[in-house]
Amino acid sequence: MPLEPTTRTAGLFRRNVLTIYAKELRDTLRDRRTLISMIVVPTLVMPLIMGIAGFVMTKVVRKAQAEASPIAIIGGADSPATAAELRADPRFQIVETPDYRKAIADKRIRAAVELPAGFEAALARGEPATVMLYHYEAEMRSGMGVGALEDFFRKLRDRTVERRLAAQGLPAELVRPFAVKRENVAPPEKVGGNVVGGIIPYLIILLCFTGAMYPAMDLTAGEKERGTMETLLCSPVPRTAIVLGKFLTVLTASLASMLFSLLSMSVSFVVGARMLFGAGQGFAPPAGGAPGGIMVSVIDPLGVVGVCALIVPVAVLFSALLLGVSLLAKSMKEAQSYVSPLVIVIILPAMVGMLPGVELDAKLALVPILNLSLACKEMLSGVWRWHYIALIFGSTAVYAAAALAGAVALFRREAVLFRS
Amino acid sequence: MIEARQLTKVFRDRKRGEIRAVDALSLRCAPGRIYGLLGANGAGKTTALRLLATLLQPTSGTAAVGGYEVTEAPQRVREQVGFLAASTSLYGRLTAREMVGYFGRLHGVGEAELAARLQGLADELEMHEFLDRRCDTLSTGMKQKTSLARTLIHDPAVMIFDEPTLGLDVMAARAIVQFVRRCRDRGKTVIYSTHVMSEAEKLCDTVGIIHNGRLVAEGTLDELRLHYAERDLEEIFVKAVGGELEHHAT
Repeated sequence: MPLEPTTRTAGLFRRNVLTIYAKELRDTLRDRRTLISMIVVPTLVMPLIMGIAGFVMTKVVRKAQAEASPIAIIGGADSPATAAELRADPRFQIVETPDYRKAIADKRIRAAVELPAGFEAALARGEPATVMLYHYEAEMRSGMGVGALEDFFRKLRDRTVERRLAAQGLPAELVRPFAVKRENVAPPEKVGGNVVGGIIPYLIILLCFTGAMYPAMDLTAGEKERGTMETLLCSPVPRTAIVLGKFLTVLTASLASMLFSLLSMSVSFVVGARMLFGAGQGFAPPAGGAPGGIMVSVIDPLGVVGVCALIVPVAVLFSALLLGVSLLAKSMKEAQSYVSPLVIVIILPAMVGMLPGVELDAKLALVPILNLSLACKEMLSGVWRWHYIALIFGSTAVYAAAALAGAVALFRREAVLFRS
Repeated sequence: MIEARQLTKVFRDRKRGEIRAVDALSLRCAPGRIYGLLGANGAGKTTALRLLATLLQPTSGTAAVGGYEVTEAPQRVREQVGFLAASTSLYGRLTAREMVGYFGRLHGVGEAELAARLQGLADELEMHEFLDRRCDTLSTGMKQKTSLARTLIHDPAVMIFDEPTLGLDVMAARAIVQFVRRCRDRGKTVIYSTHVMSEAEKLCDTVGIIHNGRLVAEGTLDELRLHYAERDLEEIFVKAVGGELEHHAT
C-alpha cells in the first residue's frame, strides 16, 4: 500500500487535522447523547448517585443501630437474674419464638442466646458453663445483635471475675496485668488519601473511559452507519490526519469528562462538608490541615494535580483504543457490543488498586490502569515516589502510542472502512 | 480525463471465497463527455467507481484520473475528483453551509474563495433558504442539492456519480440529471453509473455495460443500436448481458 505523499507540508497536514478536529468537536457538542455522557453524567449523575447511596446507607445503618435488637432467649428458666438483666437492657427486645433458627433466617429476630441449664448455679459454684449465641453470618442486623449480646456477656464475665477475686481478697488487676491502648499517628492527609485515594482514581478512570466511549463510537461506526465516512474519505486529506482529528476530539471528550467529574466532586465535598459541619465552623483550606476530618481538606491538593497529569496518557490510551475498536464495527449497535465488555477490563484493575494491601512496585508500575490507580492512592496521601511515577507515565505513554498507531493502521485498511 | 487500464478488484470473502468485483475493466472518458456505466445491482459499478475515486485500491491494473495515477498519487486524484454516491451522506448535525464549507477547507480552498464559491453554488442550486439549516432537517431534494454543492466546492475537473438518483422522486432526479449535463457543458469529465435505462439514454455520450465485473459492451448509443440491431437501450442491455451469460455457459 503506498504511503501518503510526502510532498504535503507539515503545515498543511496540521491545518487538515485542526479542520477535522474543529468540525468533529462542533458536531459532537451538538449531539445530545455525547453531552450527556461527557458533561451531565460526570457532573450531576455520579455525585447524585453517590450522595443518595451514601445518604441511604448511613440512614439504614443508623436506624439499625438505634433500634433495639429483637432476640430470643432459649432456656434460662433456672437463671432468672441473667434473663431479667437481658430483658432490662435497652439494646434488646426479647421475642418468644418456638423455632429460633427459622426466626433468625427469616430475619424476625437478629440473634438468639441459649443459657445452659443451671447457668447461674454453675457460676455460683465456680464451675465452667458455655453460653451459645446464634446469628446469621454476613447479615448486618444479625451482626449488630450478636455483637451487642457478646458485649453483654463479656461484661457479665468481667463482673463475675471481679466478684470472685474480691471474695478471695485479690485485686482486679490480677487478671489484667497491663492495659493496651492505641493512638493514630498518621497525618490527616494520609488518612484521607487512603480512605478516598482508592475511590477517586477509580471514578476518574471510569469517567475518563465512559466520556470517550460515545464520541469514539459516533465518530467511527456511527459515521459508517450514516454514510458520512465515505463522504469524508473522498476528500484529499491523508487518512492519518483524519484519524488524528477524530482522536483529538475523543481525547477532548475524555479529558472534559474527567475535569467535570473532578470539579463536581470537589464542589460536592465542599457543599457536603458545609452541610455536615455548618458554614460557620471554620472550613479550613486544604493546606491548613484537617479539622473535623473533612474529606476534601485531608487530601493533598498537589496529589490532585498529580492525578490529573498521570491521567492524560491513560486518556490517550482509552481514546485511541476506543477509536480502533469502534472502527471495526459497521454500526453503533455493533460498536456497543465490542466496547461494553471493555468497561469490565477497565474496572477490574482499577478495583484491584482499591484493595488494601496492594502496593505499587516496579512490576505493577507496568500494568496499565492498575499502576495509575495505585500511584493515585499514594499521591493523594502525599507520597511521591518519582521513579515509579516516571515509569508509569512512560509505560502508559508507550501503550497509548501503540494504540494510536493501531488505530491509524486500521484506518488504512479498506476492508475495515468498507465493511458491509 | 479518466483512463482505466485492466482495472481489477478482487475481494476475499470467508464464505464465498474470491470475488472478482471488477475484472480487467478498461475504459476512457474525455473532458466534456459523459460516460454512462450501465449495470444491474451487484454488477460491479460501485466498486469500479470507488476504484476511480481511490476509495479502494485495485488488486491489479491501474487508472489515470485527472492526470494522476490512482495507484501512485491517490491524494492528487482525490483533489481532482468530485464524488457523489447514494451512499455519500451529509453530517446531520451540521448546517448545509458548514457541510459545504468543511469539504471546501479539506480540499484546501482558501476562506475568501470558499465564500465566493459557496455564494455561486447557492445561487445556481437555489440553496439560500436552507443554507443555515441543519442537514438532518432538510428534505431529500435539499439534501441532494447540498451534496452536489459539497461535490463541486473545490471545482473538480472530474465528476464521478454513482447512482445519484437512487431513491429520489421524479423532480429531484430530474434536477440531478440537468445538473450532470451542466457539468459536462462546463468541460468536466463525467462518469455516471445507473441501472435506469432512460437516464442513460438521456445523458450519456458513451455507454459501457458492465456485468459480473466485466465490460461486456461499449459505445455511443448509435453504435450500440447498430451493433445489437435494437432501438431500445433496455433490449440492448438484455442482449449484451445475455450474450455474456451464454458466453459463460459455453
